[in-house]
Amino acid sequence: MFKSLMTWVDDRFPATKMWNEHLAEYYAPKNFNFWYFFGSLALLVLVIQIISGIFLTMHYKPDGAMAFASVEYIMRDVPYGWLIRYIHSTGATAFFVVVYLHMFRGLMYGSFKKPRELVWLFGMFIYLALMAEAFMGYLLPWGQMSFWGAQVIISLFGALPIIGEPLTLWIRGDFVISDATLNRFFALHVVALPLVLIGLVVAHILALHEVGSNNPEGVEIKKNKDENGIPLDGIPFHPYYSVKDIVGVIVFLMFFSLVLFFAPEGGGYLLEYANFIPADPLKTPEHIAPVWYFTPFYAILRAVPDKLMGVIAMGLSIVVLFLLPWIDQCKVKSIRYRGVSFKILLVLFVISFVALGRLGMLPATPFLTMLAQIFSVMYFGFFIALYFTSKNEKTKPVPERITK
Amino acid sequence: MKQLLSVILLGFSSLVFSGLVMASGGGVHLDHAPGDLEDSESLKRGAQAFADNCLSCHAADYMRYNRIGRDLGWTDIEVSDKLINTRGADGEKTKVGELMKVAMDNDYASVAFGTKIPGLTVIARAKGADWLYTYLRTFYLDDSRPSGMNNLAFPDVGMPHVLWEKQGLQKAVFKTEEGTDGNPKHIFEKMEIVQAGTMSVEEYDAYVGDLVNFMVYMGEPMQLERRSLGIKVLIFLFIFAIVAYLMKKEYWKDVH
Repeated sequence: MFKSLMTWVDDRFPATKMWNEHLAEYYAPKNFNFWYFFGSLALLVLVIQIISGIFLTMHYKPDGAMAFASVEYIMRDVPYGWLIRYIHSTGATAFFVVVYLHMFRGLMYGSFKKPRELVWLFGMFIYLALMAEAFMGYLLPWGQMSFWGAQVIISLFGALPIIGEPLTLWIRGDFVISDATLNRFFALHVVALPLVLIGLVVAHILALHEVGSNNPEGVEIKKNKDENGIPLDGIPFHPYYSVKDIVGVIVFLMFFSLVLFFAPEGGGYLLEYANFIPADPLKTPEHIAPVWYFTPFYAILRAVPDKLMGVIAMGLSIVVLFLLPWIDQCKVKSIRYRGVSFKILLVLFVISFVALGRLGMLPATPFLTMLAQIFSVMYFGFFIALYFTSKNEKTKPVPERITK
Repeated sequence: MKQLLSVILLGFSSLVFSGLVMASGGGVHLDHAPGDLEDSESLKRGAQAFADNCLSCHAADYMRYNRIGRDLGWTDIEVSDKLINTRGADGEKTKVGELMKVAMDNDYASVAFGTKIPGLTVIARAKGADWLYTYLRTFYLDDSRPSGMNNLAFPDVGMPHVLWEKQGLQKAVFKTEEGTDGNPKHIFEKMEIVQAGTMSVEEYDAYVGDLVNFMVYMGEPMQLERRSLGIKVLIFLFIFAIVAYLMKKEYWKDVH
């Protein structure tokens, strides 16, 4: 019965073919470790955000006079509205946690290197779209931090010469952040950017499945195939990695639930305290800080004394990540077989990123600004040093096959 | 690899544990607010105090009267008798299903107090329980202020000391010290009662404690439900995790 139905469908739509290509006969290296959970987890969080977002949209009002109250209405009067709202707000943080770890995995094992440059580029565009999505979503609760955070970030575009001021006006649709801004951010947050994100995710996965997955050894499993053309060190994604990822999903959901049910405010990092005061254009909060996932770049922005140069530095700090496949010229992929120089550089890079993230949350005192400058230099220094050291790195011999 | 992990973990833990300074602290030492969301008697006393003292000027208009009744254990009639003091435009007493709006006109309030009067539904989430508890207990006499009162936690506050009859009147004693920048600095030392109120210090602290407890509840009325659901979800996930792990192990037997 089922078989004949599937034949009927397969004659008209490549259902079985797609299932096999991407799951049942997609051969992934058998040695994926802990770090390889975060790709599928990112996909999971995307689904969580879309579903919880749809339900929030049913009750939220994108109106300057009603937005704040409608969020509290969701928290109180909508059955389990509080749960949906906290899922969505916690999901935003979870998204960046898993995406940062996913990107770091790529850095460690050289997953951005030939032939996976496009996988990396699509991934970077996903990251960029995600930042826009998160930024616009943060305006919607219409609290003080929503308002003033958006005010600060949008005003950055004003630093650009000539087009700056008209550009900020065009983005806001008004001279200040207002109802007009809220409406367009809502449209972009719930329709435009999710479409872009989904499209990019499809491209990211298609590109990955075209070239095949990298692995902690950095060995190309497609080089060693059996008589049927199946990689000797590969196993079908389904069922092996689907059952393995379920374990990862449950463990992730446990951490997710700990935040969601026991600390949804995240100590003021996830839901900032000042955002429980409705947006007031006449009262500037004492301290405006972006949410944690933006703070490394915010710290770089503030580290540069000149506003325009700061904006350029912040832009470059993201652009430079796009260029990574061409900056890192080492032929060896995995950190396991790379030289000491790469290991040291990567540690310094992680330190600078985390330190900048912390500094971006704190008020800019002269001492902290100096620290931010040092770590900004470290951040860019990673890419510059990598460019020069990676070509002649003292690497270890890479094995032919996956043995561990 | 292991070293790399530990470096990252160290960085993130310092991120988490160093904590954010609440912007509203203003450098004043905050007293710890006693509060227990499971103490429904305390919450009931707090709700009564809130309706009697706060609700005449401040709205709490994301909250419905009967939600309080349902959560704290009052019937609709009790809620109406105890908490509702307003009438609608038609002269009918406000219904229990309505939002906790305020009788005072906001334009009038802006003129009278020089500022818009903030709504209080989620104020405990913005300011924190300790701040509210300190704020409501540290009004002191200050002739330079229009209301004759100033506040330690919220300097130059526009709100008069509504609870003065209960607390009494107190003056703040400051000592002057040389600050690090060489300029004299006024440091708060202690409060001195000038005129006793109808309550003792302990009674007043308990009264404010109940009030703040209620405001914490009102800021997020589903807090207890949230935690109890969370425990159930975690238990479910824990069991599911074991099953999922065993399934993974079974499948992976034949991978070498």
